[in-house]
Amino acid sequence: MGYYKNRTLTFDNSYIIEGYTVAGPKENDGRYKGFFDLALNDDMFGQNTFERAERKMFEHAIDGVIGKANLENGDVDAVLGGDLLNQNVSMSFSARNQHAGFLGLYNACATYAESLIVGSCLVSNGYENVVCVAGSHFSTAERQYRYPLELGVLRSPVTQWTATGVGATVLSNQSAVSVPKITRATIGRVVDYGIMDVNNMGAAMAPSACDTLVTFFRDTNACPEDYDVIYTGDLGKLGSDILLDLARQEGCDISSKQHDCGASLYWDEQQTYQGGSGAACSALVFNSVLLGRLRRGEYKKILLLGTGALMSPTTSFQGDSIPAITHLVEVCI
Amino acid sequence: MEKTYEITKDNYKSYVFEKMPKSSHWKNMIWAFIVGGVICTIGQAFIELYKLWFSVEDASVLASGTMVLIAAIFTGLGIYDNIGRFAGAGSTIPITGFSNAVVSPALEFRSEGYIYGVGAKMFLVAGPVIVNGVTISVIIALLTLLFGG
Repeated sequence: MGYYKNRTLTFDNSYIIEGYTVAGPKENDGRYKGFFDLALNDDMFGQNTFERAERKMFEHAIDGVIGKANLENGDVDAVLGGDLLNQNVSMSFSARNQHAGFLGLYNACATYAESLIVGSCLVSNGYENVVCVAGSHFSTAERQYRYPLELGVLRSPVTQWTATGVGATVLSNQSAVSVPKITRATIGRVVDYGIMDVNNMGAAMAPSACDTLVTFFRDTNACPEDYDVIYTGDLGKLGSDILLDLARQEGCDISSKQHDCGASLYWDEQQTYQGGSGAACSALVFNSVLLGRLRRGEYKKILLLGTGALMSPTTSFQGDSIPAITHLVEVCI
Repeated sequence: MEKTYEITKDNYKSYVFEKMPKSSHWKNMIWAFIVGGVICTIGQAFIELYKLWFSVEDASVLASGTMVLIAAIFTGLGIYDNIGRFAGAGSTIPITGFSNAVVSPALEFRSEGYIYGVGAKMFLVAGPVIVNGVTISVIIALLTLLFGG
């Protein structure tokens, strides 16, 4: 693991005003049933294509979070975020209805954490309210990255299941009441340990998660004991195990603190093997579960690590390995 | 399992391989044998049925067609992929697997229209099988022609 340079930012006034989640049917049958603001009965969401359904989920999440925060469309200065589809279409298309400025972001499944970091920079520089959003849809991702839905194939035991859902957050530069705040963040670097197997994204991303985590601890002199929980995005069960091994090797034992949004999203009987993956994982779990626990004071200080595998089907077919990225945000109440 | 060596970028792949859960080959093979066997038995039953009215050759062709049709319907109903999830090669290798490989992308890309969707993407999965099958058969035919058979 490398420790190269201080990459940790500090924020004084990045307040998390509100969060809103739209979850697919399988996700709402999972471990966090009932935590979501809107749970779909049908992952087509009344549309005639899955792509349109994903877009509608984004629109709902953005409008939902703005309404829930008692803001008007015109109060938002910027919307930023992304999805997994080529050209970031779900995000960009759903921003058509907004008056706010728009930044499309892509860091695969680390997009949500990326949007929180960029959003915190914006509110620290005079923007009043920004909406950070990320999501994914199983059926659109499956088509783009893997096989047709109805093709009968044996899945490898290291595979994960792309989560269907969108999570959106309003960040503000002020808050009248005490709300959770983003206090520090580390921008990750791209790390590639040569994993070629696109099924095994947890293994591809774990070294990057360790790299960012260790960088944050060295930058800030913080230690795992300072935090109630450390949530990784979508390393899955295997990826989490690998992260624990790698972090221990760097002298930092996070085994009693680490949880994974993806691995915890589904029950074992839902047959997702290593758990959930996709940009939706961290956005869903953070906005529905973690934000609530922070507000109720169950957690005082947490870390969220968005983990992303940056390959495309083309690079995989051409025999390239999978680069990965992890961004870290520290949230305190 | 506690690791005893240092994980580095160089040995990372072998570390991951050691750590990852493996496919259960015996379980997969037994399921493939059972499901593949059942599919072939059903096919044989259709051949026997059609033989009541047709010649053996015609009965075989009709039985294949029937199996392709059944698999296409099962794909459309969303059943075939659930069988394939545990049967593996058992449901891929028989002619029904070929039907599933053509129908599933056709369904998937229907949303992009009949020309750029269904027409262009129908053989997304089956295409390589056809191309390689035809190429190999031409090579074998040439070898047979040259060296006698």
